[in-house]
Amino acid sequence: MTSAAIVVEDIHKSYGDLHAVDGVSFTVGHGEFFGILGPNGAGKTTALEIVEGLREPDRGSVRLLDENPFPRNVSLLPRIGVQLQASAFFEKLTAREQLETFASLYGIGAARAREMLDLVGLTDKADTREDKLSGGQRQRLSIACALVHDPDVVFLDEPTAALDPQARRNLWDVLRAIQARGKTIVYTTHYLDEAEILCDRVAIMDRGRILALDTPAALVRGLDAPARITLDRGALTTADAAALPGADEVSEDDQALTFVTRTPAPLLTALAERGVLDGLQVRTATLEDVFLQLTGREYRA
Amino acid sequence: MKGAFKSLSIAMAKGYVRDKTTLFFAFVFPLMFLVIFGLLFRDVGSEKIKLGAFGDGQVITVLEQTGIVDVQHFDTLDAGVAKVRDGDLPGLVEATGDKVVLRFAASDQSQAGTVQGLVSGVTQQLNVQASGQPPKYDFSAQQVEDTSLKPIQYLTPGILSWGIAITAVFGAALIMVSWRRKQVLRRLRLSPVGAGTVLGSRLAVTISVAVLQAVIFIAVAMLPVFGLTLSGTWWLAIPVFLMGVLAFFSIGMLVGAFAKTEEAATGMANIVVMPMAFLSGTFFPIDLAPKWLQAVSKVFPLRHMNDGITDFLVRGKGAEALLLPCGVLLGFTVVISVIAAKVFRWEDS
Ligand SMILES: Nc1ncnc2c1ncn2[C@@H]1O[C@H](COP(=O)(O)OP(=O)(O)OP(=O)(O)O)[C@@H](O)[C@H]1O
Ligand SMILES: [Mg+2]
Repeated sequence: MTSAAIVVEDIHKSYGDLHAVDGVSFTVGHGEFFGILGPNGAGKTTALEIVEGLREPDRGSVRLLDENPFPRNVSLLPRIGVQLQASAFFEKLTAREQLETFASLYGIGAARAREMLDLVGLTDKADTREDKLSGGQRQRLSIACALVHDPDVVFLDEPTAALDPQARRNLWDVLRAIQARGKTIVYTTHYLDEAEILCDRVAIMDRGRILALDTPAALVRGLDAPARITLDRGALTTADAAALPGADEVSEDDQALTFVTRTPAPLLTALAERGVLDGLQVRTATLEDVFLQLTGREYRA
Repeated sequence: MKGAFKSLSIAMAKGYVRDKTTLFFAFVFPLMFLVIFGLLFRDVGSEKIKLGAFGDGQVITVLEQTGIVDVQHFDTLDAGVAKVRDGDLPGLVEATGDKVVLRFAASDQSQAGTVQGLVSGVTQQLNVQASGQPPKYDFSAQQVEDTSLKPIQYLTPGILSWGIAITAVFGAALIMVSWRRKQVLRRLRLSPVGAGTVLGSRLAVTISVAVLQAVIFIAVAMLPVFGLTLSGTWWLAIPVFLMGVLAFFSIGMLVGAFAKTEEAATGMANIVVMPMAFLSGTFFPIDLAPKWLQAVSKVFPLRHMNDGITDFLVRGKGAEALLLPCGVLLGFTVVISVIAAKVFRWEDS
């Protein structure tokens, strides 16, 4: 086993004039949780499908678990699990039957299907036909189908899209548990906050290219963006506020007084000493700011 | 991958059984045709000639006794003549006292001839009897068993072959298209099962459905209302039947490889099956068609499936007659399968 689970080198894929993937390279280590972030049409799915071996790149190379995923590599397939962006199910089968069928494709017995239903919280929907499930339930079933054979590398294309906040958090737990067992996870998402919480490293993609790739913390740090501290309006006059230590900028609107600061610690101390903490909010830079800075556009999830 | 084959077959069988539309087209639709055509043609050839009658002469009584004419009495002569004029009756016999007059419509020459012959024959017979002399020429009629089949005997193999063709072609084509569109094929491509396992399990389901269809269909045709009788070598029809299923399954695969949507697949499958159905003796014996059409119909696998099944199911031919239909159907399957495999796509590009 070498150090990396996935090595992608300069892959390109065009559809006519459109460069869906335009020179993408990255490496994912064993046991790593790797996120690909980006707006609609960024090329996330295309890149992921090239890595999975579903599409052939026009140029560039992919090594997945030290093998070539394309053309169809049967020895590799049992070791990877894929949840496609559009869920793929057999017609007219129940949730349990879908899982049992997928399990049997890998030579795995029916008991595992029950376990998986439990894992994604669909036990009470076991006998419901796939077309009668809600969008989020289908999504969870689709994830369960990707995990049913306990693969070493899991690819999930927007697994948390269409999930309610509760299901989303439950899925985070499932994904963390899988990672804790030493599995490698590659996933795409539109949720910057989620990527920040889950991923060891994220690649930010736009228009077929990777704009930045690092740990979420390093990306945010690299921004060198100031923190914003807000208080209820009227807690201090703007003149008093501007005199406080570390207050680089002060502004006021109808509701709030906002400080922009690069040294939040002394400023917060000063505010605490004066006892003016009503409505206090501290917002440090997030991936959203990173995205804004990289693309010059506001992120629309 | 025996487990995969089995579970894929089960998955497909469940999908099949749970789909009311496919069940209808597989089991009810062909039966509807059997019932309609079976009842429609049941009395073909045994239809009685209709004849109007006015008066109470002996000729009319004798005509009624022959059992081959359906005599309809009128109270007035004019009413009867009006019916003949309208073309509702081929003729009207007026028999009062010693007078016998036949009025007939000239529009239908052959009916008119039959009616004239019949009435004059009966009248002459009565004349001979009235003369008290023994007839000089003795006339008797005997029926010869003909080799042409009763309608149900050719309708059953014809409609059955057609029903099987529909199931196999549509079943294979639609599942391919729908699985491709719903990404099931992509998902299967990501699992370690081979395309052969996927196709094989689908074929297993199609064959099972076809066998069930055939059993039900033949059982219904054998009901007394329809009266199908099987020949002694009916079981030789089984290989022809299986080869037919294979041939149409491969056609379905080819259609499924080309069609992008379910609608397109349905249309293409219809274009393939419909002309075959009409030109292969599904609804009428192909022997009635012009010679050139009979020759053309030989290129259709349905014709050979139909002929082969008819030969064994009802004509009782020997095993040597297997060669032609099985050979043609097998050749067809091989050629079409090779093309279908060449143009097979896991997904729309
Ligand atoms: N099969 C295809 N044929 C033509 N163009 C395609 C095809 N697949 C993708 N594209 C185009 O390539 C670009 C990238 O698509 P892709 O699906 O990779 O985006 P994505 O980042 O996954 O977007 P989303 O967040 O909406 O899922 C898009 O502009 C899309 O229109
Ligand atoms: Mg996508």
